[in-house]
Amino acid sequence: MSWDYFIELFLGGLTRGSIYALIALGYTMVYGIIELINFAHGEIYMIGAFTALIIASVLSLFGMHQLVVLVLAVVLAVVYACAYGFTVEKIAYKPLRKAPRLSVLISAIGMSLFLQNYVLLAQTSDFLPFPKLIPDFEFWEPYSHIISSQELTIIATTVVVMILLTFLIKFTTIGKAMRATAQDKIMAALVGIDVNHIISITFIVGSATAAIGGVLIASHIGQINFFIGFIAGIKAFVAAVLGGIGSIPGAVLGSLVLGWTESFFTGYISSDYEDVFAFLFLVFILIFRPAGILGRSQTQKV
Amino acid sequence: MEPILAVKNLSMNFGGLRALDRLDLDVNQGEIVALIGPNGAGKTTFFNCITGIYTPTEGDILITPPRNSVQRINGLKPNTITELGMARTFQNIRLFPKMTVLENVMIGRHCRLSAGILGAVFQGKKVRKEEERAVTDSYAVLEKIGLAQFVNDLAMNLPYGAQRRLEIARALATEPFLLLLDEPAAGMNPQETQELNELIVRIRDTEKISILLIEHDMKLVMSLSDRIFVMDYGKKIAQGAPREIKSNPVVIKAYLGEEFHA
Repeated sequence: MSWDYFIELFLGGLTRGSIYALIALGYTMVYGIIELINFAHGEIYMIGAFTALIIASVLSLFGMHQLVVLVLAVVLAVVYACAYGFTVEKIAYKPLRKAPRLSVLISAIGMSLFLQNYVLLAQTSDFLPFPKLIPDFEFWEPYSHIISSQELTIIATTVVVMILLTFLIKFTTIGKAMRATAQDKIMAALVGIDVNHIISITFIVGSATAAIGGVLIASHIGQINFFIGFIAGIKAFVAAVLGGIGSIPGAVLGSLVLGWTESFFTGYISSDYEDVFAFLFLVFILIFRPAGILGRSQTQKV
Repeated sequence: MEPILAVKNLSMNFGGLRALDRLDLDVNQGEIVALIGPNGAGKTTFFNCITGIYTPTEGDILITPPRNSVQRINGLKPNTITELGMARTFQNIRLFPKMTVLENVMIGRHCRLSAGILGAVFQGKKVRKEEERAVTDSYAVLEKIGLAQFVNDLAMNLPYGAQRRLEIARALATEPFLLLLDEPAAGMNPQETQELNELIVRIRDTEKISILLIEHDMKLVMSLSDRIFVMDYGKKIAQGAPREIKSNPVVIKAYLGEEFHA
């Protein structure tokens, strides 16, 4: 039980939490705008990882530099995942805009299963090795026993994505339109906002962050298969609920808390119960704060 | 000259219920027109039809924006209609409560900006210029409406009368040629109502924006309107100048019930 061990677990939790945050953002943003738990979101993350794998494999054949491969793989994975996120919304959710909320939820679950099986058929059911895309930085060598270059890249990327996203939502016209749409869709339309357009943008932004997460974690863990989206999706969903679904700072905080919980419990108690601890913690938080850590419970007017 | 809004033979059915029944109404450039009628007459349904929230079952809604030709707007989306130049407020306040006063008005400017998602992300020079203009323009609107002192407050923290005026400011920011006000004086005290009266006249006179309003405050309606339309059970039962409406027996009957014999 040394101090070093604590630091190691802390940073490990931070890395995990960062990945969860990149995925959880998509859940919470979509929920904020159309009050839908987009169960297909984990699959978008998985598709991002697969795209990166294919691109990286092809580019490596040409003997390109590792960093070039990484950047191209991330960019193309983001583009591809955005296209999927956009299309999923148009096909599975938009036609159901006025339907009861349960119908849309079923549609989301259907889309999730469809995408999983589509990748299963198009690719394979086996685990595929994922190349190590993130290089070991030389300048980081002296500190790499504390935190590896990979983990550092993951954390740094997450921080940059968060800052960009905060800027987008707080200060740009699109961001204002997103907030307005989340607060009152009819009124947003009446002040001239194309609500469908804003919903599409929300799906695209969420898919982009999920794809970035997908590439980073796949490169970190070193293998992927068609099923990785499911468990990562559930964890990120838990993180979003933990933080207060619909709230962006909440999603980040929830993700970090979840990452640390898993990391410390597995480190100090047992790694066999990683998921058990994560979900126990969720239950515990929800007993005392039903709307999540940063969520505000609203009294329904009756 | 063409009326800027001409509604012809408009009907709206909800299942078996006919909420609007072959309604005709028109607004000319520079007019303040009032739409009155007992509760449940279909006034708000009418607003919802002409702003694109409902698609009417039958009839035509024609608009003639300044320097533009006649256009039929049945079934267009609300945001398209706003872009064409009709803005509205609601009976119950519908501001964006968790945004600041300035942001609420800037949202109204949204439909007059050209930047898309890429512009927003990469913040080109043109986009930044446009954003700055939007801030100045929005602030100017707030000053006109007398809300400049609240500029950075959250909309939900404003006093009631100010919230009502902010709704009007937000609608004005979309640069309409016709402003639709749904019970703007609801819940206001006599002094606030008087200020509202002056504000509406000022909007018409200085901004050259025509106004169609739904209102229950008869004193306000009579002093403000050039013409009045009266509805009951989804039908138009009278139209004319305030003086004519005041003494119209059909109108009096609709308001006071069958048993009343004047």
